[in-house]
Amino acid sequence: MDTSKHFSVIVRVWRQAGRKEPGKMVSYKVQDVSPDMSFLEMLDILNDTLLKKGDSPITFESDCREGICGNCGLVVNGDVHGPDEHSTVCQLHMRRFKNGDVITVEPWRVKTFPVLKDLAVDRTALDRLITAGGFISTNTGAGPDANAIPVEKDKAEEAMDAAACIGCGACVISCPNGAAMLFTGAKISQLALLPQGGPERARRALGMVEAMDKEGFGNCSNEYECEAVCPKDVKVANIARMNREFLLANLLSKR
Amino acid sequence: MKLDAKIPAGPLEKKWDSYKFDLKLVNPNNRRKFDILVVGSGLAGASAAASLGELGFNVKVFTLHDSPRRAHSIAAQGGINAAKNYPNDGDSIWRLFHDTVKGGDYRAREANVYRLAQISNQIIDHCAAIGVPFGRDYSGLLANRSFGGAQVSRTFYTRGQTGQQLLLGAYSAMMRQVAAGTVSVLPRREMVDVVLKNGVARGITVRNLLTGELESHTGHAVLLCTGGYANVFYLSTNAASCNVSAAWAAYKRGAGFANPCFTQIHPTCIPRSGEHQSKLTLMSESLRNDGRIWVPKAKGDKRPANDIPEAERDYFLERRYPAFGNLVPRDIASRAAKTVVDTGFGAGPTGQSVYLDFRDSIKRKGADKIKDEYGNLFDMYYQITDENGYKAPMRIYPAPHYTMGGLWVDYNLMTTIPGLFAMGEANFSDHGANRLGASALMQGLADGFFIAPSTVSGYLAAGKFEAASTADREFADSSKEVQERINRLLTVKGKKTPSELHRQLGNVMWNDVGMGRNETTLKKALKKIPEIREEFWKNVTVSGADKDFNQPLEKAMKIADFMEFSELFVRDALERKESCGGHFREESCTPEGEAKRDDANFSHTSVWEYQGAEKAAVLHKEPLTFEHIKMAERSYK
Repeated sequence: MDTSKHFSVIVRVWRQAGRKEPGKMVSYKVQDVSPDMSFLEMLDILNDTLLKKGDSPITFESDCREGICGNCGLVVNGDVHGPDEHSTVCQLHMRRFKNGDVITVEPWRVKTFPVLKDLAVDRTALDRLITAGGFISTNTGAGPDANAIPVEKDKAEEAMDAAACIGCGACVISCPNGAAMLFTGAKISQLALLPQGGPERARRALGMVEAMDKEGFGNCSNEYECEAVCPKDVKVANIARMNREFLLANLLSKR
Repeated sequence: MKLDAKIPAGPLEKKWDSYKFDLKLVNPNNRRKFDILVVGSGLAGASAAASLGELGFNVKVFTLHDSPRRAHSIAAQGGINAAKNYPNDGDSIWRLFHDTVKGGDYRAREANVYRLAQISNQIIDHCAAIGVPFGRDYSGLLANRSFGGAQVSRTFYTRGQTGQQLLLGAYSAMMRQVAAGTVSVLPRREMVDVVLKNGVARGITVRNLLTGELESHTGHAVLLCTGGYANVFYLSTNAASCNVSAAWAAYKRGAGFANPCFTQIHPTCIPRSGEHQSKLTLMSESLRNDGRIWVPKAKGDKRPANDIPEAERDYFLERRYPAFGNLVPRDIASRAAKTVVDTGFGAGPTGQSVYLDFRDSIKRKGADKIKDEYGNLFDMYYQITDENGYKAPMRIYPAPHYTMGGLWVDYNLMTTIPGLFAMGEANFSDHGANRLGASALMQGLADGFFIAPSTVSGYLAAGKFEAASTADREFADSSKEVQERINRLLTVKGKKTPSELHRQLGNVMWNDVGMGRNETTLKKALKKIPEIREEFWKNVTVSGADKDFNQPLEKAMKIADFMEFSELFVRDALERKESCGGHFREESCTPEGEAKRDDANFSHTSVWEYQGAEKAAVLHKEPLTFEHIKMAERSYK
């Protein structure tokens, strides 16, 4: 194997032993980094080195490593999911770095996603938002033939654009207000654009928006940071649609 | 171990309907008194939890992830099959049934596969109803594509993210039940044991991955929806947390393990780039609809692909299989690629890949159209390899992807342990020796949405349940055994990391038990695996504390199970002295090098029964009979 292009970097990582423990940045040198390595594989190598020395490896989360499960999420040199546009950090490769670089790695930091250990955080708040109405209440087997309800192709495509959200929480982290409006707006949009989601539109918008407030997520102030970092390029237009849905729901609400 | 598949009598088309009618029902008011434990929240687990919750049962779902939406079903790209025949191209339930049995190389049960084909249409109806944004035509009706070796267009899709959208659909249906109070989700829990009381599954032991505490949970039925074990090869397209541990724990408690050696090697993966590699990435085989696969005609030709003239390219799939060409089933495409690489014709700088070329389809359809259909895959390829697939051919190579083997189940999807069910990839049932593309999503959702509500209800209605409590001795014993194992892992304090030892095991599995296997390589593997296992228990290092969020410990626990399971895998491969589907025994092939089945001796499911750590597992056979489909050599020429 060609090792002539290998190089070394310094990673400065947030270490925190537990939810209630104090944390600090710790620097490590990682040698023999191949440009073809993914960023997380570089951390794997660092962890194996730490383990062999009897030190505690860095806790960080990832699973599919192909950008779809939404489990990974790090702030790299201040960039949510790293420097690549519309990408998860598991898709970041070391060819974006050079010999001697100092790379700062931090966890998602927002009060709604408390740090559990090192770089791993608790994002269950997002599941609770879905529980508050991010579904269509059709029992298994109750729906009509799939082709009984035509859906305009453009609308179906738009619904899919919104549905592409992977639930990583990057939008919340990038938002100066810690809003989960891109996440929630995407789900509300997906289901509002499809006729199947029609009967529950009002209920869904009210329920999910209320849940956002209850969880302590902030509000949108049109910074567009969420759209800029979203690995799936989910658009802020979904937030506008959510606001419309919410407004209409409030006007027509019997509550 | 008695294997009774419980296939209902009567004509094939009527079996499932009449069987459902015969199953007992649970009175609606009594349903909430039954606790159902669902382990895993992928397509099978989430859909089972949703549908059972809708019926009013009390369901607890356990996932090792932080959220149930992370399950690896999410990564499936291509699509989901159904026999709707919307394109009017001659499809039918019967044809889907036929293709699945044939594609599985006649090693699956007719009755199960027929039921799967029947249910396929209901799945599409239901998923459209719960908001899955399927691809559509300008008519507003659902679009279909041809996929993975089918000659009809029966695959429904949501761009290249069908698994994601179906999983999120099932997840949302499940979260609706969380809101309704019938389902509770317990994240960050890894199942470490099944607890039996008087031979009946009555609960599970799980490890809370945040605190390290072992927890006991009782239930009237336990559903293992825990996915497949392709990570036994170390490098596979599976997510890092995919494992065999839950199924292996069930096996050790007496559940039969069926056809462990049946593995699918997927042809269109991005080749490995070095030792550091943690996983392999699959690109949807829908790429084969428009990409042409070739290698240079000259051995060791190192010219850039675009400099190799047409006459000096070998389109080996089109040459060997003129009827199906680049669309032959996965096992055949993978093996053909291995053959050209092994004989020195491999493409690219390492020679360990073949080309997937879009030049001609870009010429024919235009780059925009290709980008429209496959843009996300080209982006993915670029991100990983730094190469532009529009300008020069992509390089691909096969990788372990899916496991057809799994826990043996009867027609109810119940294992040999009463009350313990297995669904989705975790069971062995419907794909025989090779799974067709776009059929995994179909099976996961068929099991969870449509079979579980009937058969699990039927089991609960028919049974008399003795009281079970987490204070029972059986639960304490289970926790004690698991704790001892954890303690042992933590006290080794050796010199190798869990990943290093896993890689060692994976190398043996890939080199000796991978795409091609023969008696010599298998026997070699049977010698090496116990050595690696022994080294593992003497030389692994797992730092940190037990009662903590401890990722190296989680990993080591999974690898410890792979170290045992791999041996059963190899024994199964050794025992099956025929080639079928993804299982290619090099001794058993036709003069042209195609896989050759031995129906006289191997038309059966191999089911292994655990005999304790010191004794070899015992093989049982469930004979397979084919009344409706004539067994023939699978030919795609």
